[in-house]
Amino acid sequence: MTRMQKTFVILVVAVLVVGLMFVGSRKTEKTQQAPVSQNGLQIETWKTGNGARVMYVHAPQLPMVDVRIVFDAGSARDGDTPGLASLTNSMLDQGAGEWDTNALAERFDSVGASFGSSTARDMAMVQLRSLTDAALLDKAMDTLVAILQQPHFKESELQRLRKQTLIALKNQQQSPSTIASKAFFKALYGDHPYATPTIGTRESVSRLQRQDLLAFYKRYYVAENAVVAIVGDVDKAQAHQLVEKLLGKLPKGKHAEALPAATPLAQAERKLLAHPSSQTHILVGQLGMKRNDADYFTLYVGNHILGGSGFGSRIMEEIREKRGLAYSSYSYFSPMRVEGPFVMGLQTRNDKRDEALALLDQTLRKFIEEGPTAEELEHAKKNITGGFPLRIDSNRDIVDYIAMIGFYDLPLDYLNTFNQKVNAVTIEQIKDAFARRIHPDRMLTVMVGKGVEE
Amino acid sequence: MMRKFLLLFGSLGLILSSPAFAQVHEFMLDNGMKVLVKEDHRAPVVVSQVWYKVGSSYEPNGITGISHVLEHMMFKGTDKHGPGEFSRIIAENGGRENAFTGRDYTAYFQQLEKSRLAVSFELEADRMRNLTLPPEEFDKEVKVVMEERRLRTEDKPRALTMEQFNAAAYVSSPYHNPVIGWMNDLQNLRVDDLRPWYARWYAPNNATLVVVGDVEPQAVLQLARQYFGPLKPSELKPVKPRREMAQHGLRQIKVKAPAKLPYLLMGYKVPVLRTATEEWEPYALEVLASILSGSDSSRFPRELVREQQIAAGVDVGYGLYSRQAELFVIDATPAEGHTLEEVQQAIEVQLERVKTEPVSDDELARIKAQVVAGKVYELDSLFYQAMQIGMLETVGLGWRKLDEYVDRVRAITAEQVKAVANKYLIEDSLTIAVLEPQPLAASKAVTKPLTKNNKQGSKK
Repeated sequence: MTRMQKTFVILVVAVLVVGLMFVGSRKTEKTQQAPVSQNGLQIETWKTGNGARVMYVHAPQLPMVDVRIVFDAGSARDGDTPGLASLTNSMLDQGAGEWDTNALAERFDSVGASFGSSTARDMAMVQLRSLTDAALLDKAMDTLVAILQQPHFKESELQRLRKQTLIALKNQQQSPSTIASKAFFKALYGDHPYATPTIGTRESVSRLQRQDLLAFYKRYYVAENAVVAIVGDVDKAQAHQLVEKLLGKLPKGKHAEALPAATPLAQAERKLLAHPSSQTHILVGQLGMKRNDADYFTLYVGNHILGGSGFGSRIMEEIREKRGLAYSSYSYFSPMRVEGPFVMGLQTRNDKRDEALALLDQTLRKFIEEGPTAEELEHAKKNITGGFPLRIDSNRDIVDYIAMIGFYDLPLDYLNTFNQKVNAVTIEQIKDAFARRIHPDRMLTVMVGKGVEE
Repeated sequence: MMRKFLLLFGSLGLILSSPAFAQVHEFMLDNGMKVLVKEDHRAPVVVSQVWYKVGSSYEPNGITGISHVLEHMMFKGTDKHGPGEFSRIIAENGGRENAFTGRDYTAYFQQLEKSRLAVSFELEADRMRNLTLPPEEFDKEVKVVMEERRLRTEDKPRALTMEQFNAAAYVSSPYHNPVIGWMNDLQNLRVDDLRPWYARWYAPNNATLVVVGDVEPQAVLQLARQYFGPLKPSELKPVKPRREMAQHGLRQIKVKAPAKLPYLLMGYKVPVLRTATEEWEPYALEVLASILSGSDSSRFPRELVREQQIAAGVDVGYGLYSRQAELFVIDATPAEGHTLEEVQQAIEVQLERVKTEPVSDDELARIKAQVVAGKVYELDSLFYQAMQIGMLETVGLGWRKLDEYVDRVRAITAEQVKAVANKYLIEDSLTIAVLEPQPLAASKAVTKPLTKNNKQGSKK
């Protein structure tokens, strides 16, 4: 992102918003989407000769294109070296092909392209937004090709990024919300690869070596392990050419192994972490659901009512609207390859934490016992389905969606049948699914704040 | 509601011709409310925003944060719609909504499927003049805002440093105060303080309606007339200028807070479009900011982060669209093994360079390429487009300034960049704040299995 674009982002961040709306639904429905014609989104898909899956949507309205390449190379693949996936991903644009880090950055900037890369637990990605003017796009694509196919992993650059990571880790230690979130994943996932933070740990990042990164890159940045999403003003023939250029020379390789199953907590657990903050950050949760879970829509709609839709959801009503206990309070399912977490959360002044925690518990228990009312369900359905066009109203949203659909192997008509599936959910199904899946007596509770240890 | 809207189109027999893409249509209602409409037919959606010319920079001391608290209270009901009704109705129509308060504006927005636009107009028009401000709702909501302040500022060492920095850099300018208000002011705010504030600023002649999306401008105007047209205007007294007094030398402050990392803020007083005597200067400052920081190929990330490895991060912040004069802010975190003093010195060397050597043609060309591309990319977001229009209108620049941006930036020369660096990046107008980390309490983790008897929050 250029600074000019950033100016407005900063302004937006600098202002105060009345509420952190849709915290839950955003995380649940990871991408917000964007819509299209009455026929829904026309996704075309194919495989490259060497096995990469392509997801493509033609969007000719603006002279630009978004390309995102997603690898099953997230931190779930770290093994016993947390931070490996993330560091490997961050090194891709630190020198590649015939260019060093500075030259790569200059090449993108000189054509107004914006390049980004990131790593999460399930996936690692690189993405590019460029104008479609041929000269500009060609230069941006040549640069991206080098980044994907010929990264240097130079020792000196690795040393620098390693130090940067250690600084970022220190920064996290001064953030109670990050401390809480890391403690939550650690306690919830135990020995499972989701337990460790994507950024890694001080110990592990300090010992990661160039050969570890190279080996990781060779294993996971391969065609069979990749999904490419393209949205923009390129026709199908151009899209084919683009993908061949980007990935055609990557080795075919193999898809990443299946991840181990996650084990639910056998009993309730508490993690209490002292921090000199005026608020206690509270997270309460357990294992949630998979991205392609059979209960997906039922849990999604149910959670919308419980705490996923901001104002009007039960948690927001109890915590904020009735009592003014917190600015943000929510619940969400974070669907992942293996069961991602179900989380309820809030931050409140230290002396109110017991009251707030008890309310979260009561609200959840009541919801599981009684389920939503008919009126609540009707309201949630109207909200979710009536807002459908907003999900896919920009190229950015469409890229998010199709990359996700491709990565998790969801049906191609996922979006086009979305409303229908939401509308089919019943009160009984919600009650049943929550009773089967959510266990108030076996919750993990993490609290970070002043005086929590007493 | 939806029906009414469709009938409106039909009965007026409007010609739904679509004018040139990306053109803003400007209308004025009889009561002084401005209506700005931009068509974007890529998707069947619409964003509607109501902008008020009020924000923290309008607030006198003692009631800082009142504009933001009022923004929260705008969701707490009118005679017609009780507390929370607004949000419930928008949600039921599949909409997303929220509001935001800044130094120079307060704005409310809804994003909806296009046929629901009237729902948003009816509700916004209602709360523009008919807010009830129930005391019991206020009592809860002001607590929510205090929690918000704890979350955003008190427990974030960098945000806390930034707040102190602004309070030191600005003396007579209202930018001295944080948007969210000082905690003591929030603790002493009363619902009766809000009533005159609401009556004074929430009026059609102090508001701008911005609509961007799959709509037809004349139809939007008709709908706006129907809902907002009947509202009575207020008598608006002119706002005092409250310009920042001249600074006569370096100001330096230290902030101590529990933290792990030190942090540096350097801010120089600079003009913005509204205060500049030479209109090119703010654009030259924009280019200067981009030369130094912002994209990976600019000087700070290249030289201070990657080559000298003296900083873990250095950024520049400048916005040319404020109502009052601004700061050109540089913020930095030292790399491991380096001190704040070293980082500051390295930054100063860089600033000296832009004062003495003209920036290269390549650097300028890159920035201009990014600006041109950015203008296309921003069309991918209706919300962003509406945001820009609303902000420029509300700070008094007018939305037409947006169209000048690319050409103005492209016209900036290396000499002009050097000239603004020499004129404004001077020590006498500089404020420096440093965060000096204090120990965090040792984070001892306690893990307890919970039995039935002591489990949290069990029902009695």
